[in-house]
Amino acid sequence: MHRFVTLLPFLGPFLVLIILFFFVPVLLTAILSFTGMDYTLRWNFIGVENYLRLFHDAVILQVALNTLKYVFFTLIFNVGFGFVLAVMTTYFVKNENISLIFRTIWLLPRMTPAVVYALLWIWFLDPTEYGMLNALMSFLAGAPPQNWLLEHPMTVVVLSNGMIGASLGMVVFSAAIKSIPDDYYRAAMVDGASDWAIIRYIIVPFLKWPIMFMTIWQTLSLLTSYEYILLITDGGPLYESEVWSLLAYHKAFANFEFGYGAAISMVLVIIGTAITLLMLRLFGYQDMINKGRINI
Amino acid sequence: MNNGKTEIYLRTTWIEKFRLLLPRLIVYVFLVLTALPLVVAYAWLLLSSFSAEQAFGLIPKNFTLENWRFLWSQVQIGTKVFQSIWPITLNTILLAGSITVLELIISLLAGFALSRINFAGKDLIMKMTILLHAFPGVALLIALYYVLNAVGLLDRLIGVVLVKVALELPMATWMIKGFFDEIPWDVEWAAYVDGCTRLQAWYKVILPQLKPGIAAVAIFAFLSGWSEFIYAYTFLFSAENYTLSVYLKNLIGDFKYLDYGLLTASALFYMLPTIVFFLLSQKSLMKVSFGGVKG
Repeated sequence: MHRFVTLLPFLGPFLVLIILFFFVPVLLTAILSFTGMDYTLRWNFIGVENYLRLFHDAVILQVALNTLKYVFFTLIFNVGFGFVLAVMTTYFVKNENISLIFRTIWLLPRMTPAVVYALLWIWFLDPTEYGMLNALMSFLAGAPPQNWLLEHPMTVVVLSNGMIGASLGMVVFSAAIKSIPDDYYRAAMVDGASDWAIIRYIIVPFLKWPIMFMTIWQTLSLLTSYEYILLITDGGPLYESEVWSLLAYHKAFANFEFGYGAAISMVLVIIGTAITLLMLRLFGYQDMINKGRINI
Repeated sequence: MNNGKTEIYLRTTWIEKFRLLLPRLIVYVFLVLTALPLVVAYAWLLLSSFSAEQAFGLIPKNFTLENWRFLWSQVQIGTKVFQSIWPITLNTILLAGSITVLELIISLLAGFALSRINFAGKDLIMKMTILLHAFPGVALLIALYYVLNAVGLLDRLIGVVLVKVALELPMATWMIKGFFDEIPWDVEWAAYVDGCTRLQAWYKVILPQLKPGIAAVAIFAFLSGWSEFIYAYTFLFSAENYTLSVYLKNLIGDFKYLDYGLLTASALFYMLPTIVFFLLSQKSLMKVSFGGVKG
């Protein structure tokens, strides 16, 4: 009892918020997915009908494919380009201030509010001759203005998300590269190793775990993040850039099919749980706890 | 006398040097080329907000403050009238401020308990938070909507604040717990010997030692609250509850392709805290590297 009184002020508010806005919603999503709840917010249980409907939905195949494309290509950008930036700004550029400038530039999109970031893309791709890309294309090749958002929606989605994600990879990988003991580089230099050999045989093996962690972490984030897609293409034209998580959002808040939306979300919740359990398995509980301190 | 020899010697070193420098040269060119679009985009944001007209969509022609008119007058295009930006700014400050304060207090309390107090179920709580952290907040949006509606907090700023704090708590608590772990026990023991309760020791002795960590968490919580879009956009419907992100989203919807000057000026206004943070952190980062202390 005494112990309980000591603990209550410390853990009370934490537990209340977490339970009310985290635990309960997880359970509710599961329960809602078996109802046909609409804007009236009435409970009418319809069993697995939502899930059956999901299988027969005409757009679901396209949405699933879009999601795969989106996650796969953005991951390449996030992890691959993040790695390239990290190696360049830490290994090649020796001047700390110069690499700081480049890293700051790349962090800008990440710190910019999503709405402003979306505005930058909308201007860049503006379909009239005043858009940056159209102006550039007409200047370089004399090409007529194009509506990029209609012609290449998935490319825009991947690039806009990739530029945000690359900075996270860059920061984490840079920290990891800096923590490689200097002795390794010196030994390699004595042996006359080329830059390529140093990257291939020292940096990559050292970064194996951060790279793996970042890949899994970003897979999860990408599967569930649709903020930038919502703001830039809104899934359009038609369903051409609609991804799984955005479909759940549209079903719920554009069509007010809360039950169906919950069923679509439920698939993501299950995938999310699976990925997290995999991460705990691979990286271990202790490492996950210390994650923040090792990396940044 | 020996000029010919020296020259040959110099030439080989020059070639040798070039061979060594070439990868670095390529790296610099690559870095500059990839960073260029970003720099251009942000430069446009700034220049466009002060110019009446632009050539090639980028180069400003006539300097004007007209784009900033939303600061002192009503914005109207056609029949559409936009509300004044000041109440909306106040909403945003309230939202971001409450998120920061609540998140800090709660994570400092919970982080302390998880780091310093032994109790049954501690391990379970920690494992659960890790599992929860991986749960996509946006995948729970529908359920959150239902919960907020049930407790009567839909279309109210405080509802968005609570949701946002709850979703960010696991991460913040983990970070704070890490800070607590590094403070030596002696200090705390001394406080207990002097007759402090746990709560008093937390407040009087330990928190003051955490100032830098607290400041970092606070800045990030504030910026993330300030830029919050999806929850505000989904859970707030009344115009008087709008935050700057929702306001700007509506502005983009209505003014896109029409008035980029107005859009960029509003966007810059909205970005002010971010810009300030960038300038400050850049300065302190620079100081560290100039001073010879390796970060």
